[in-house]
Amino acid sequence: MDEQLKAELSKQGIFATTLQEIYNWGRRSSLWPLNFGLACCAIEMIATTMARYDLARFGAEVFRPSPRQADLMIVAGTVTKKMAPQVVRLYNQMPEPKYVISMGACAISGGPFKQGYNVLKGIDRYIPVDVYIPGCPPRPEALIDAFMMLQKKIDAQALTGESRPRHLHADAPSEFPVPAFGAHDLEPTHNPAVWQAPEPALVQIEPAAAAAAPGTASGSAHGPRND
Amino acid sequence: MDLATIKSELEASVPGCRLQIVDNPSPSAQHSLLVDPEHALLVATYLRDFLHFDYCSNVTGVDWLPKELSEKVKVKKTVDGPNGPQEKEVDEVRKTFVPGYLEVVYHLFSTADRTGPLPLRLRTPDRESTHLPSLTPIWRSCEFQEREVYDLFGIHFDSHPDLRRLLMWDSFTDHPMRRDYVDPDDYEYEPTAHDDVLARHRAHYSTGGGPSFPTGGGQ
Repeated sequence: MDEQLKAELSKQGIFATTLQEIYNWGRRSSLWPLNFGLACCAIEMIATTMARYDLARFGAEVFRPSPRQADLMIVAGTVTKKMAPQVVRLYNQMPEPKYVISMGACAISGGPFKQGYNVLKGIDRYIPVDVYIPGCPPRPEALIDAFMMLQKKIDAQALTGESRPRHLHADAPSEFPVPAFGAHDLEPTHNPAVWQAPEPALVQIEPAAAAAAPGTASGSAHGPRND
Repeated sequence: MDLATIKSELEASVPGCRLQIVDNPSPSAQHSLLVDPEHALLVATYLRDFLHFDYCSNVTGVDWLPKELSEKVKVKKTVDGPNGPQEKEVDEVRKTFVPGYLEVVYHLFSTADRTGPLPLRLRTPDRESTHLPSLTPIWRSCEFQEREVYDLFGIHFDSHPDLRRLLMWDSFTDHPMRRDYVDPDDYEYEPTAHDDVLARHRAHYSTGGGPSFPTGGGQ
């Protein structure tokens, strides 16, 4: 509908909208997060809900203690390999439409524990993540920013067409396989349908090749430049 | 009461126990008492009941790898010189092989006497034999910490009431804090890899020397 016409109508006391707008407005304005924290990021998440930052302004004041009543999972903190199956199971138990915010360095990639033996290298290995917040831990403002980003994302979703949200796709999966405890690691180590190992962004030229062709644009980052 | 007094009192009271004071050369000078595993329970009981060490605050495991110590020793030798055989002082490198072992350290305090800590050490004969007596019957606070040591170092505490893994899951088979632990190879690309991580990067991506950045040159 034409925005100008809408503004003109509203001046005359007529409010016009589309079903998509009102549907998305309803979804984004009552995102109920799951009452679920894993580590120190959870403290920031709790602070965000308290009077000073007041997440209730965005319609998210009710942290639900049951995944059956929650729309949003804020993965707040380090996901250990022992905890990962339970996180995925909680996500599976949430009804659609559901969203995930990956809060803090640990939930994104394992953070400072990335090279450890017991920490999952990012929750996006098993479940789809909508918004990532970097930080260790992120400030409450960062969580609010992520929340607003998620609201914008929901607002922009079209209800029909190929890009419609997952819960309107009859074939799109709503549940994701829960990893099993293996002898040495979680099995599988990631869900290939959700996550694939990233390729290196830049390929370094072999030092031998760089020496054979002096004067090329980029040489070895570590070896001496001979120009 | 200093450590030497405790040691002599224990030796007098627990017949046959082999004690040894392990010196700590650092400024903290927190010397510890090495106890043989056979008499550990008796020694611990005596420490608790008669020397009032009523509180065990901390239990740790240590994995000591086998190592070779080399020291220079001056030896007198007869050497053939221009004026016939002569006696000379020659430096000789002597190598001693120290076998590896697993160790558990208990930190004891006395809340009654307000003394402590008294570090108590138990050692296995080598890294293959992993059995040590549990001190949980003496100090209840050891229970979870011995479970943690069992989980991470694989030391089996005999007569522990509930020896299960504490941190890792039950079907996990490794002991991650052992020095020979090999962690699962799930390397992920990192832009600033170095040292061990760089070696892993090379094993995973056959793109040469590792991650690189545009050097910015090349006009």
